[in-house]
Amino acid sequence: MCKDCGCSITPTQWSAHAHEHTHDGHTHSHSHDHDDHTENDHPHAHDHDHHEHKHHDEIHANPQLNDKKTIAVITKILDANDKQAGHNRAHFEEHGVLAINLMSSPGSGKTTLLEATIDTKQIKLAVIEGDLETNQDADRIIAKGALAHQITTGQACHLDAFMVHEGLHHLPIEGLDVVFIENVGNLVCPASYDVGSHLNVVLLSVPEGDDKPAKYPVMFRSADLFLITKCDLLPHFDFSVEKAIREARKLNPKVDVIEIDSKSGKGIDQWINYLKMKKALR
Amino acid sequence: MHEFSIVTALLEMCEKNAQENNATKITKVEIKVGKLSGVEPYLLETAFDTFKEEGICAGCEFIIHLQEIVVHCESCHAEATLIHNEFICPTCKSTDLRVIDGEEMYLMRLEME
Repeated sequence: MCKDCGCSITPTQWSAHAHEHTHDGHTHSHSHDHDDHTENDHPHAHDHDHHEHKHHDEIHANPQLNDKKTIAVITKILDANDKQAGHNRAHFEEHGVLAINLMSSPGSGKTTLLEATIDTKQIKLAVIEGDLETNQDADRIIAKGALAHQITTGQACHLDAFMVHEGLHHLPIEGLDVVFIENVGNLVCPASYDVGSHLNVVLLSVPEGDDKPAKYPVMFRSADLFLITKCDLLPHFDFSVEKAIREARKLNPKVDVIEIDSKSGKGIDQWINYLKMKKALR
Repeated sequence: MHEFSIVTALLEMCEKNAQENNATKITKVEIKVGKLSGVEPYLLETAFDTFKEEGICAGCEFIIHLQEIVVHCESCHAEATLIHNEFICPTCKSTDLRVIDGEEMYLMRLEME
């Protein structure tokens, strides 16, 4: 039992004692290892062997001022979120459910894609909806006959793993194929947060323009699948599918791409096949 | 603008470390921000300076080290820093790269008393 909320998943190790994580950092290059000695305002610290200090994470007591010390922490700032994300993922896995984080600008067609997905009747799905205000998206999903829980974030520009965890308490996922986490419409902030999904799917609609992958690199780097949506509008816009894909793959060479139009049904078969395959591989 | 929620997480981490080390005050916080971590260092600094005043970090120095993207090429095993957002090995042109650094945010070091 998870003691925070009473859910049935065993929490991951919550202990985040700084020293446990220190070794992660050693594979990273950083240029400031000697700063803590050079910036102290006493001369004796320079006598230390810097190389020794670079690899040690014990507390360095200042020899001049016993009450001041520097500690190496080297922990991800979003460590607590990442741990919760792992906890969410474990919950999905326990139920054999594939979890997909849908991200895009507002209006790229995330909810419309989900409606089209439900209409195929080939995937048993539920949706955790993230929006600043209103239950409109959840209502649309429910009207189509699937389960949905709406999270209203207030002014928050993204969903984090804690919000999704809270959402999961309102959503029975037993027997489902896929849980979609429809993130807040935003091409910037959601990319920094692991919400506990297995896959990130990023949508870019034709009217938004083919320059968006290069302009929002963090988002397009995070994508496992890149969906170019509203493809039936291509004749009306100067949108080069080839350029959008090229730019996305500069950032993310292995990203898969589907050209799709939820209204006409173009690409929906491919999308359903993708979901079935990914579900089968879980 | 998710810098506020990142600063909240950072301040909580500082408080926890201070507690574990029986410190009453944090005088310096050093973090590393990857170029592709998705946060804007300037906004992060503004948010930190605004919110630090309420806790153990009040008045502390805040240092941000900006980290370039560093990759390891799985084909030729070269290590490289990428200047442009183009994930291709500068040595052998392979796209089979593993990112070693530059995509995350780390709390690196705390000075406390």
